Amino acid sequence: MDDSSKKTLSSIPLLKTKAGPRDKDLWPQRLKEEYQALIQYVQNNKDADNDWFRLESNSDGTRWFGKCWTYHNQMKYEFDVEFDIPITFPVTSPEIAIPELDGKTAKMYRGGKICLSDHFKPLWAKNVPKFGIAHAMALGLGPWLAVEVPDLIEKKLIKYKEKA
Amino acid sequence: MESLEELKNSIESLRNLFKDLKPLDNERVIEPSSNFTTMSDEVKDSNPYSRLMALKRMGIVDNYEKIRDFTVAIVGIGGVGSVTAEMLTRCGIGKLLLFDYDKVELANMNRMFYMPHQAGIYKVDAAAKTLNFINPTVIIKSYNMNITTVDNFETFQNELLHGSLTDGRIDLVLSCVDNYEGRMTINTACNDLGLPWFESGVSENAVSGHIQFINPGETACFACAPPLIVASSIDENTLKKDGVCAASLPTTMAIIAGFLVQNVLKKLLNFGEVSHYLGYNAINDYFPRMKLQPNPQCDDRNCIRRQNEYKEKIITKTTSEVNVPMETKNVVHDDNIYGIELVQDEVITNENDFSAGDGVKILQEFEKQSDVMEMKEEIMNDAIDDAMEDEADEEESDQVVAQLSGLNPASASLATSNKTSVPTATAGNGNNTGISDADADLQARLDNLRRE
Repeated sequence: MDDSSKKTLSSIPLLKTKAGPRDKDLWPQRLKEEYQALIQYVQNNKDADNDWFRLESNSDGTRWFGKCWTYHNQMKYEFDVEFDIPITFPVTSPEIAIPELDGKTAKMYRGGKICLSDHFKPLWAKNVPKFGIAHAMALGLGPWLAVEVPDLIEKKLIKYKEKA
Repeated sequence: MESLEELKNSIESLRNLFKDLKPLDNERVIEPSSNFTTMSDEVKDSNPYSRLMALKRMGIVDNYEKIRDFTVAIVGIGGVGSVTAEMLTRCGIGKLLLFDYDKVELANMNRMFYMPHQAGIYKVDAAAKTLNFINPTVIIKSYNMNITTVDNFETFQNELLHGSLTDGRIDLVLSCVDNYEGRMTINTACNDLGLPWFESGVSENAVSGHIQFINPGETACFACAPPLIVASSIDENTLKKDGVCAASLPTTMAIIAGFLVQNVLKKLLNFGEVSHYLGYNAINDYFPRMKLQPNPQCDDRNCIRRQNEYKEKIITKTTSEVNVPMETKNVVHDDNIYGIELVQDEVITNENDFSAGDGVKILQEFEKQSDVMEMKEEIMNDAIDDAMEDEADEEESDQVVAQLSGLNPASASLATSNKTSVPTATAGNGNNTGISDADADLQARLDNLRRE
């Protein structure tokens, strides 16, 4: 069972401001809410000994990058994660990508974008603008890693790497 | 350079050989490319436009040559987009702007246009090259970019505003993308700029598709009528797909591309009737057609702005054109094999009826494909269900959580593609269901769970 998914959705603060990167006035407010939700979620994860990702953004908050990791048989598998905030955000969700896994699984679109259309996008669409990046991580990337990583390990498509 | 010279020589010798084999009766041999530069209506085997120019003689089009002045942008050069580009190129369109950021893959070969040897090349580059062979006079500009990001969106809008043959705004945008994000991006850009565009799509099971004409302010925009999945709160369970790999057929793709270009020609060359929405269901060869009014409560503020502009325009037009006799042209078809008139009584004419069930029902019925999907993501859903075990205190959270529990695998009896994002008529933005609704929904889902 994936550790991240144990987290409760209800403990991630819901967002209020419906604004995307093209809304010059309101975007900083939305960004602030995004950061607050993310900080809360990461703190919850840490409290539950369940820390599983780090994210940071560029100065205008339109591009995000960081790391995520998951454990399989007591071994840690870590991946670089990145995504852009689309101009239609928050009506459409960010398309989270793990470029290093591109081409290794069918559940991925071009450029390593993970497939969220089944388990997450409908949920996001119903919760505009309340869901934010933290929700995309918790309900999108988290479950995806929980399913795909063990599968990829089993198929020997990814290998455990010793930390340098 | 020497090899070029050699090639020229061999071409010349081949041409001479050809002449010997088939004597041309006093006809001048012209370089093929020069035939394309002027749109002649001369009926001659060597005139690439003779059959198109005949449209004038047949009384279909007033001025076919005008096609040379138009610039059309195509976003997404895949199964539908590439065929669309080829058709417009063969029609002698003035200029094409191609947007995509994907590469040609061997998995694309069940569709038309691309060749196996092009695998690995960016689609826009491969397409530009082939299109240039087909008709060298069409100006092709290719943009290898994802238009949804902030920087690229700016470039995209800029090209739409200044990309025409006279550096002005282009005439039409065609959406041939395969995802909701792309469609919403084009919608945002076109509402902002007031540019007409066509949306097109083929379902993931490859047996249905649609085109939709969107003239900001006049017809429903893509955000006016949210995708079925959002608008009607259809259970996510029913939308399961097996992995990412969608089905596709060259037939469906070409039919949709044909519908699309046909309506583009009608729009640009001003003949016939442009369909606002035209669907296609391959299973029973059903072609619903309807008008879609804009939603006065659309989420996109630019759509509202365009709606107000359009209303004003109509008022000024009707007051100033009172004395001008209305010339109505009836398009007479010899036959009507597609039975397009069949559903004309479904046309939604009253704005208040926008949320009425008829159109929605047709669309739902049309898009539903009875196809039981495999439950590959069971584990994924279990993981999410686990997240539900904890208590939610906030009322709002409760509601969100209620939706989540629906992710549990239950019997899926129908599969609707959110990829085709069929617009459905709805009054609200579809995001909020009432609390009582949510409760009832939750209860229904719990019942469903117990049955398992």
